[in-house]
Amino acid sequence: MHELSIAHGIVDVAVGEARRLGAVRVSAVHVAVGRLSGIEAGALLFCYDIATAGTPLDGSRLVIEDVPISIYCKPCGSEKALPGVNRFRCPDCQTPSGDIRRGRELELTHLEVEQPDFTPLTQSAAS
Amino acid sequence: MSAPTVPLTATETRIVEVRAGILKKNDELARALRRRFEAAGVFVVNLVSSPGTGKTAFLERTLRELREQGLRVAALVGDLETDNDAQRLARSGAPARQINTHGRCHLEAEMIEAHLDDFAIDQLDVLFIENVGNLVCPASYDLGEAMRVALLSVTEGEDKPLKYPTMFNSADVAMITKVDLAEACEFDWEAARQSIESVRPGMTILSCSARKGTGMATWYAALETRRQGWRSTRRDVVV
Ligand SMILES: [Zn+2]
Repeated sequence: MHELSIAHGIVDVAVGEARRLGAVRVSAVHVAVGRLSGIEAGALLFCYDIATAGTPLDGSRLVIEDVPISIYCKPCGSEKALPGVNRFRCPDCQTPSGDIRRGRELELTHLEVEQPDFTPLTQSAAS
Repeated sequence: MSAPTVPLTATETRIVEVRAGILKKNDELARALRRRFEAAGVFVVNLVSSPGTGKTAFLERTLRELREQGLRVAALVGDLETDNDAQRLARSGAPARQINTHGRCHLEAEMIEAHLDDFAIDQLDVLFIENVGNLVCPASYDLGEAMRVALLSVTEGEDKPLKYPTMFNSADVAMITKVDLAEACEFDWEAARQSIESVRPGMTILSCSARKGTGMATWYAALETRRQGWRSTRRDVVV
């Protein structure tokens, strides 16, 4: 099971990004997990709590966006989402295609953060 | 009830778009390794499979016979705890090193990097990496290889690729092993071909018996064709 390694990877990337944003607290981490990424969502959620313990992400939620596989179908001239993970054919015209456009993602997409509210300062500086 | 606490610094909760690869560190390192391999002129092959496909026997024979053909070859072997496989591979006469993953179920780019100094890689033609026996986890980790081969044995059943689509999809070649047992297992070649085609249309499918030597010449020819193609396109990078 490599979900623990992946969870540690999420912590590394998220902590770096949170610092860059000047966040006071991170309440949630959103990740996009393609169905071809080889990651099992349940295992990842389980490992997330272990990996975040004692880090600035302790207590934050992990939100997993499941990304289905899309292939490009030449005869149809468009991208098609596949219902499963092991049949790389256009669901409409049945043409096989290995031209994968989506489904390999393993990406941190959003952070829900608490940031110091500098808006009034910025406004007064601008006026 | 007490009065609401006024925070010293006002904060606001926001959702911020980030877009960062979770395996960024591994992927960056793998890219650097790939440049280093290209500069050294060494063609790197990552072998992946479940346990028991005969990967070590396949690699042992490959190392021995490619050496006899005059190629300079070596192997890095990932293993959870022991160094049995490296000892076995060293019998081929080629340099072989073990990477102990200490229980981790896959090799990562940094483990490869840490062991490269064990070889003079610019003196090598082909470096094989025998990944940990596991069809799930190694799929996610780029090791900087130029070619990935997924092995499946006739004893495992024809539907293996359908159960592990990520691994077969990420590989360049499917190698069906232990074909000397195919008849005894009533192995259905057409069903196997279809399940591989289903998860990776157009994938190169080879078969062999490392024990009997069947199919090995075809494998060496396929390897050489890809290596020549790689040599003609690789950039001349100075590290
Ligand atoms: Zn179509």
